[in-house]
Amino acid sequence: MTHSNHDLWRTACAALVLAVGCASAAWAEDDHHKQAVPLLAQYKQECAACHVAFPPGLLPAASWQRLMNNLPRHFGTDASLDPATVKTVSSWLGVNAGTSKRAREVPPEDRITRSAWFIRKHDEVSAATWRLPALKSAANCAACHTGADQGDFNERNIRIPR
Amino acid sequence: MNHLTLSRFALATISVASAAAAHATTPAELLAGYGAQAGQAASAARGQQLFTTRHGREWSCSTCHGATPTGMGKHASTGKQIAPMAPAFNAERFSDAAKVEKWFRRNCNDVVARECSAGEKADVIAWLTTLRP
Repeated sequence: MTHSNHDLWRTACAALVLAVGCASAAWAEDDHHKQAVPLLAQYKQECAACHVAFPPGLLPAASWQRLMNNLPRHFGTDASLDPATVKTVSSWLGVNAGTSKRAREVPPEDRITRSAWFIRKHDEVSAATWRLPALKSAANCAACHTGADQGDFNERNIRIPR
Repeated sequence: MNHLTLSRFALATISVASAAAAHATTPAELLAGYGAQAGQAASAARGQQLFTTRHGREWSCSTCHGATPTGMGKHASTGKQIAPMAPAFNAERFSDAAKVEKWFRRNCNDVVARECSAGEKADVIAWLTTLRP
């Protein structure tokens, strides 16, 4: 290889590495946009009747444990379950709980919507939008996230109602 | 494991699985069951009253399920859509005894701050089954 071709290759390789590096950084930023953990059938059945089935990675294990131990007093309602189901679902949640640096933070009241990362992710949503009747609550992910029921929170699939 | 043991094992597993699975039932069967437990005839009028009024707390059954639960309801806190309660509008309703008991337990606790009696459950089912297209 001539001297100038060698330089060309080095530049090309450097550019490639840079491009891949940038892409990886983007993916790392969206780490909870990667392939969703398949939901335990019982979790989906028992925990998605009143709200969307929250992906287990959105809360740390300690939060899930507290929630599962207090189902009769679940954010103002009785969500009690038989002990066998509580045990099975708790186990699964413990295994699949969030372990990333951001997810390990225990949010106030164990509320996903009060996590620092959630607030940061939604900081472009105006106060007026949050008050829209169609939204009702920050926990109503599906109001804007059209793929929420499938664990898809990709920015491309958002539609804010009027 | 020989063939006989294997098939016995399979049969046992299937039986256990079936028993643990949905306790299939119908609105009429549940109505009869609760009615018998209550020892009184069910009343659709009483059922409607129970369902649509508040009992000293923030929510009535209708708060989430609608005053006439033949259409989609909406959860009062989360906004999640709830399929119709009236069995004529939703064939899944009152088809699984365990599920019915679970939801009566939770929701009566929320609405009435106690368990609903067998008579009350019968009344509610009686009313819901009168709702036809």
